[in-house]
Amino acid sequence: MRQPGRAAEIKAIGIGKSFGSFRALDNLTLDIGRGEFVTLLGPSGSGKTTFLMILAGFVQPTEGRLFSDGTDITDRPAEQRAAGMVFQGYALFPHMSVEANIAFPLKVRKQSAAEIKRRVGEMIERVGLVGHAKKLPAQLSGGQQQRVALARALVFEPGVLLLDEPFSALDKGLRGQMQAEMKRLHQATGTTFVFVTHDQSEALALSSRVAIFNHGKLLQVGAPNEVYERPANRFVAEFLGEINMLPLKGVRSADNGATALCEDRAISLRGSAEGIDGNAILAIRPEYMSIASEATPGENGIAATATGSTYLGTATRLDLTTKQGARVSVSVPNEVAAAALGNGNSVWLTWPAEKGFLLPDGGQ
Amino acid sequence: MKGYLSDRMGAALLMAPLLLFLALAYAWPFLGVVKWSFTLPTPGVGQYEALLTDDLVQSVFIRTLRIAAIVTLVSVAAAYAITVVWVRGTPTQRLVAEFCILVPFWISVLTRAFGWVALLSNRGLINSWLQAVGFISEPLALVRNEFGVIVGMTHFLIPFAVFPLASAMRALDDRVLLAARGLGSSRMRTFWSVFVPMTRSGIIGAAMIVFVFSLGFFVTPAILGGGRSVMVAELIYLRIFQSPDWGLGAAISVVLVLFVGALMALLFRYVRPRQLI
Repeated sequence: MRQPGRAAEIKAIGIGKSFGSFRALDNLTLDIGRGEFVTLLGPSGSGKTTFLMILAGFVQPTEGRLFSDGTDITDRPAEQRAAGMVFQGYALFPHMSVEANIAFPLKVRKQSAAEIKRRVGEMIERVGLVGHAKKLPAQLSGGQQQRVALARALVFEPGVLLLDEPFSALDKGLRGQMQAEMKRLHQATGTTFVFVTHDQSEALALSSRVAIFNHGKLLQVGAPNEVYERPANRFVAEFLGEINMLPLKGVRSADNGATALCEDRAISLRGSAEGIDGNAILAIRPEYMSIASEATPGENGIAATATGSTYLGTATRLDLTTKQGARVSVSVPNEVAAAALGNGNSVWLTWPAEKGFLLPDGGQ
Repeated sequence: MKGYLSDRMGAALLMAPLLLFLALAYAWPFLGVVKWSFTLPTPGVGQYEALLTDDLVQSVFIRTLRIAAIVTLVSVAAAYAITVVWVRGTPTQRLVAEFCILVPFWISVLTRAFGWVALLSNRGLINSWLQAVGFISEPLALVRNEFGVIVGMTHFLIPFAVFPLASAMRALDDRVLLAARGLGSSRMRTFWSVFVPMTRSGIIGAAMIVFVFSLGFFVTPAILGGGRSVMVAELIYLRIFQSPDWGLGAAISVVLVLFVGALMALLFRYVRPRQLI
């Protein structure tokens, strides 16, 4: 068995899971490196939790193999895998004190009493629960219970820590605080973290890589900026945040990327137009678009009319309609928005060539 | 606030017929019994003094407590096993368990007691079979003693222990059990150090119900004990109907009711009534 204290490397090859006729997970292949922080992101029913349960050993895959540090663990029962797990709702033992909860995994490993005492004490300190050791879970706040769950899952120095939507029950402020704490714990322990969430901002903020799931399929894996700025398809593009889509015609490869017609104006793009035949969709995040009063020659841009605005404090969100009826929203500084609206609502919409990316027309 | 008050009024009104019935059928006659215990045959606390000195009464009380304790232990343990299957088994297992729990409710306590006599007596099924096979040469004394009484009472009381246990087991969050296994605990260890402690309130509730019921058992000990293993309820019956000593019978009744009342009070300090259903 793997020695404790060393981060595990996980390899999933062709994992599939069917529940009766329902296909929960389909042909998933994913490598998780030593000490990585990988987030499994997707809507409910996308297969992300099923995959986590397969990693933990609570669910047996219908096909495929799972390796940990090169050893096939597909048929190994959960209690022998020694993955730390934090559940949604924490799943603390309600009849045990904080101390006893954290000591549990050490007790089942038959550690000596002195060793248990030392490591539990260390862990309690590390997660900031000093003074709460003798309390029962019911006497703690949500955030404190969360810390107990983390401490209990990390105290036996597992090779991998699995987290199933651990922050979904916390309010927003506490959530941010726990996220920061988890990042710190990841750095301090060096363990491999696999984290399930349906919250895209949480995924982008925490992980070294994000794996996006939908309908039982793994759609894309990549660093946060990679999946956000270069999504593989429309679902990933939309799931990771607001995105504007403009129809393009006559897409053609060019020296430095591609050229196309957008609302009858020639525009240029970075990135390959390979596999795209004439028509396509141009996708751009709202924060990368800006507005001007008139066209600048040589820059991408089209005419649009402002139809509404929302004051967000740090910026204003403008809702625009292009000449051909595409709806676009742009996040701009407050005074820019005020000027545009004072100017009869007619604006010029521009964007840098490298910030837009192509998606196949109408497809996924 | 108004809605809450009128809800309480409504609840009180709905419960009124039952409370009235209980007052007329139980509380009022019981007050009569309390009166006898202080007035028959002569006014005073003489009957209660007799309770403290009468060897027969004391041995019956001790036997009753002993039988009730053993029956409680065996019934709760057996009910726990059945309930685990009923609540957590496969659909087929659940159906079989449910059948085993419910069928005894449809057969009268008298029929069941005679059923056990047929099984356990010297020429009953068990003894004849054991002799036929050659395991024993003389029949075993399985009935007309404490053993028979305990068997009959346990059989009767197991279903009553099932319900509080089932309610505790159904309230348990499955993820806690998964968490235990994920942390490295075997199925056995998870059962003993997580599942059982988390159903503690059900165990207390089941034990209290079985114990309290056992204290007042009459039919089963009378038939399966064959007059040699007398319990409190039978002793009261004998004092009232056979050796007319109404004062002593009444005093034993009062002590039994007070004891059960105290146990119930203790029970409701630890378990909410809702958990017993």
